[in-house]
Amino acid sequence: MAEKVLMKGNIAIAKAAIDAGLDCYFAYPITPQNEIGEFMSKTMPELNKTYINAESELAAINMVIGACSTGKKAMTSSSSCAIALMQEAISAMATAEIPGVIISVMRSGPGLGHIIASQGDYFQATKGGGNGDYHTIVLAPSTIDEAVEFTHRVFYLSRKYKNPAMLLADGFLGQMMEPVELKKYDFGEVDSSDWELDGVGENENKRPPRKLVSLHMGGDDLIVLNNKLQKKYKEIEEKEVLYEEFMMNDAEIMITAFGTVARVAKSAILTLRQNGVKIGMIRPITLWPFPSEVVKKYSKQVKSILDVEMNEGQMALDVKASVETPVKIEILSKLGGDVIRARDIVNKVMEMNYVGIM
Amino acid sequence: MSELCNQEKTVFSRPKTIKEDYDYTFCAGCGHGVVLRLVAECIDELNLQKDTIAVASVGCSICLEKYYDLDVVGSSHGRAPCVATGVKRAKPNKIVFTYQGDGDAATIGMNETIHTACRGENLTTICINNTNFGMTGGQASATSIIGQKTATTPLGRDPKLFGYPLKIAEMVAMCEGSCYVARCGVFNPKSIIQTKAAIKKAFENQIAKKGFSFVEVLCACPTGWKMSPVESMKFIENEITKTHKLGVFKDT
Repeated sequence: MAEKVLMKGNIAIAKAAIDAGLDCYFAYPITPQNEIGEFMSKTMPELNKTYINAESELAAINMVIGACSTGKKAMTSSSSCAIALMQEAISAMATAEIPGVIISVMRSGPGLGHIIASQGDYFQATKGGGNGDYHTIVLAPSTIDEAVEFTHRVFYLSRKYKNPAMLLADGFLGQMMEPVELKKYDFGEVDSSDWELDGVGENENKRPPRKLVSLHMGGDDLIVLNNKLQKKYKEIEEKEVLYEEFMMNDAEIMITAFGTVARVAKSAILTLRQNGVKIGMIRPITLWPFPSEVVKKYSKQVKSILDVEMNEGQMALDVKASVETPVKIEILSKLGGDVIRARDIVNKVMEMNYVGIM
Repeated sequence: MSELCNQEKTVFSRPKTIKEDYDYTFCAGCGHGVVLRLVAECIDELNLQKDTIAVASVGCSICLEKYYDLDVVGSSHGRAPCVATGVKRAKPNKIVFTYQGDGDAATIGMNETIHTACRGENLTTICINNTNFGMTGGQASATSIIGQKTATTPLGRDPKLFGYPLKIAEMVAMCEGSCYVARCGVFNPKSIIQTKAAIKKAFENQIAKKGFSFVEVLCACPTGWKMSPVESMKFIENEITKTHKLGVFKDT
């Protein structure tokens, strides 16, 4: 095992992006992810790569589109109300089938809200603020080690499917420090030579022109495109779902939680288990595609589900949509940056009438 | 005599940068077709087709891929300079240009135009200024002149209600990162020749890595203006040029 170093989440993400082969970084400052941009502003020029302090988030994400249209690896990083500004471009990116990586480190909303951590952008990330029928691939780490791995993975997935891919971290992960191993993950290079824009060439090397555009007017172009995209989204749903299953074998209660909150839930589960409560957790790692199948499977086994989130219970909507049998679904929700503690979860489970503990 | 007749000499043909099966969808008297051809002629003459990536925008300037035998990346309204920045930074040896209207480059995308100029991005921007939103039906844009009747200034642009025309070329010229800024027009043969020279210069500057070149071209929009093509040409020459003055504002 490689050496572990004590490092802030934001810095680990930035380093992982560079290890993943990042060519261009474009962003506009916003708390709580500023360390990413600050790190990039020093490191990228040293590596003879591109760093631009863009004039806005609109500019930053559109610079990502431009760079990625040439087959290079580019990303932006931002947070909540500023990710909101990028939604038009994320939809356009999905439509034009241009890859691109977005690091979203969630602060509290709605509106400008507060700079403190939350999980309020589950809907924004998975349902999209952009227009039309598109999906962003969304991975939610719950440790800094995972943030490193998933940063590598979002670059890979984004290029594999020519689709925007997002690392959705909450502000805790961006700001906290913990020992991390900066592993270099190799998911394999994705060949982009058959679609990237590099000029049509000349003479015997002349090829037909390529276009990466989001306008599809004329005939049934847009119908054909939508059907093609839907087919791709189905394939992603079949192949790319990731989740963690924790103590679910004999569980009678299933917790659903993602990101940092899932770590808190693990502490609560261990406490409850010591007191004889048969409880476990499904932690979605890919928020889109959502791990519906495993949630459906265990919904038949458990008596109730407790969805725990630092938002109003946004993911609970996907949990409910995955469940076919009648099962009680409760939500433990804290909003506006209010932190969920292990004892909150333990108390909630006790309230849910599971006697015999403590 | 018959020998003379048999001697064929091509004096005018389709630039190879324009697709064989191109099909302009522009209205009669519109300036876009003329400028698109001028850009293609310049690309041909400088032998840039092989290495050029065109950045399309939103409005009547949107469908570059239908006309050009070039790689094309689209962009959202006003963001073409950002997309072009991304392309050029990723592939510095490619030739990258944006083709935008005044609604795009001077209205919704003014911020991006100015910042791209300030950064001195080594790009070429062609901005078609027809002082209105042509594609959506002739609404007022930032560049509409005082008194101009549009779909959203039916009584004419009154500065007390709608403010004053934005002069994008002059603004770009103020940015230290711009190397060449010109405002031209396509309303008579002389102006067309001057426009072509400006466009060519804007591409030559990019080859020489001199920075941001910006060519604004005053174009007719007879449909939006509710004028005949001939009246439109006169309107540019006699009215629009009083506000949007022709000339080279910067050449460094």
